[in-house]
Formats: sequence, structure tokens, C-alpha cells
Amino acid sequence: MKKHKTKHSDHLVAPLAKARGLGSTHHGSGQWMAERVSALVILPLVFWLTWSVVHMGHDYASFTAWLHQPLNALLMILTLLPMFYHSAYGVIVVIEDYVHGTAMRFISVYGVKLVSLVLTIISVVSILKIAFTG
Amino acid sequence: MRERPLSPHLMIYRWTITMAMSILHRATGVALSIGTLMLVWMLAAAALGEDTFTQFADFAGSLTGQVLLFGWSVALFYHALNGLRHLAWDVGFGFEIKTAKMSGIVVLIATAVMTAILWCGILCK
Ligand code: HEM
Repeated sequence: MKKHKTKHSDHLVAPLAKARGLGSTHHGSGQWMAERVSALVILPLVFWLTWSVVHMGHDYASFTAWLHQPLNALLMILTLLPMFYHSAYGVIVVIEDYVHGTAMRFISVYGVKLVSLVLTIISVVSILKIAFTG
Repeated sequence: MRERPLSPHLMIYRWTITMAMSILHRATGVALSIGTLMLVWMLAAAALGEDTFTQFADFAGSLTGQVLLFGWSVALFYHALNGLRHLAWDVGFGFEIKTAKMSGIVVLIATAVMTAILWCGILCK
């Protein structure tokens, strides 16, 4: 961190640079905001998904036919991307509350990120495959 | 000696609906995250072809599968609706104890309604 010459005003207001990244989760308010924005994006899509599940057939042919439609494939991807993001960072917040010790925390936080990334890739590739090949 | 004031002790603290719902938000969040595995299985199975999808469908249709799917859907509706309540708090609405209690009850009822709509829609076809 950059050294600050102490000015009179520093005694009253901490410079932002000194406070950045010092929260309990070591990431600033950006992550907090992203967690809320992703939640807000998923919310209407949950209702779309519920509606779709009720209306589509549940066998292989109907399900793939449903995902073969571009709008459904697109909306499915738009549901899953923010969902995996929100889910991963939500679980990380929980980990940071209960898992202590630098090594354990590091392993579990990066484990969650890795698993989440792999699941996201598998899902998107699967959706695209069905959308483009049927 | 005079009685000293005590800080509230969590284990004997009187339970309130707002407190229970707060814990449930975290529990459903984690359960939903684990449940995404089944969602990914479904998509990957469908992408691989009819045989693998049938394997998934057989599990999803079994008693265990149905219980898991039902649980995931209840958790999703609860967490989504209660999440909206959290978002309202985040921008400063609904903090009064009476309002928070009321909105909590609304979330519980709405969760039951959404779950009923989904499963009636699936099973009553
Ligand atoms: C559908 C709309 C959803 C909304 C509106 C929503 C909203 C929220 C909000 C506002 C929080 C922060 C709670 C707080 O202030 O402490 C949160 C946390 C969380 N969410 Fe969601 N969520 C949604 C869907 C999901 C889904 C689908 C998953 C998992 C697949 C998920 C997993 C989590 C987890 C793990 C947490 C962390 C719990 C905690 O810190 O206590 N959420 N959600």
C-alpha cells in the first residue's frame, strides 16, 4: 500500500485507498453489488423457467425441441450465467463466515470458483449443442 | 452481589419468524447451489443423446428424484421471493419490525402458492 503523509484531514477521513480491500471478505463493495444485480436478473427468469417447465413436455424429444428454439436457448443461458455467478459468490460469502485459516479458506474459495466455472461451461456447451444440432 | 446485565444468549434466545427466515435464506442458498448439479446433469445428459437423457429422466422420476426436485423448487421459490425482501432492505425499505414480519408471512404464503402452481402444472396434466 502507498505510504501517506499525514495531513490534518487524514485524522478525520480515511483515504479510500487505505480502506480498499480491507473488508472482512477482502473484496470491496463491487462484489456485494454484483451479488444483488445478478439476483435481480435471475428473478424474472425464475418465473419464465417455472412457466416453461409447466408447459413443456418432459420426455427427450419435447425437451430438446424446446431447447432447439433460439429464444429458449438464449434465455436459458441468460438464466444460468448470473445464477452460477450468484451461487458461487453466495457460497463464498458463507465460506468466509465459517471457514478460518488461510490455507483452508484459500482452497475452499478457489474450489468453489473452479467447480462453478466447470459447471457453467458444461451447461452452456450442452445448451448450444442442443440448440444448434437438435 | 448485584445482578449483572447479560448479553442475549443465542441458544436460549426467543425464536422469531424474522430470525428463522434469515437463517433459512442462507440454508436454501447453499442447498440450491448444490442442487445446480442436477440441473447440469439434465442439460449434459440431453446434449449427449436419448440414452443418457433417459438415465437422468429415470432418476428424476424415482421417489428420491422427485423429493429432490420438489425440495429444490421450494427452496428456489422461497429464496427468490425472500431475496426480493432482502433487496428491499438493501435499499432501505421495510425495516420496521411489523413490516418485516408481514413481508415474511407474505413470502411464506407466496412460496406455497408458487410451489402448488408448479407441481399441479406438472402432475395434473
Ligand atoms: C431467483 C432469484 C434470487 C434472488 C432474488 C436471490 C437473492 C439473494 C440475496 C439478496 C442474497 C443476499 C442475502 C443477504 O443479504 O444476506 C442471496 C444470497 C445467496 N444466494 Fe440468492 N437469490 C436468488 C437465487 C439464487 C439461486 C438460484 C442460488 C443458487 C443456485 C442462490 C444462492 C445464494 C447463496 C448461496 C447465497 C448466500 C447466502 C448467505 O450469504 O447467507 N440464490 N440471494
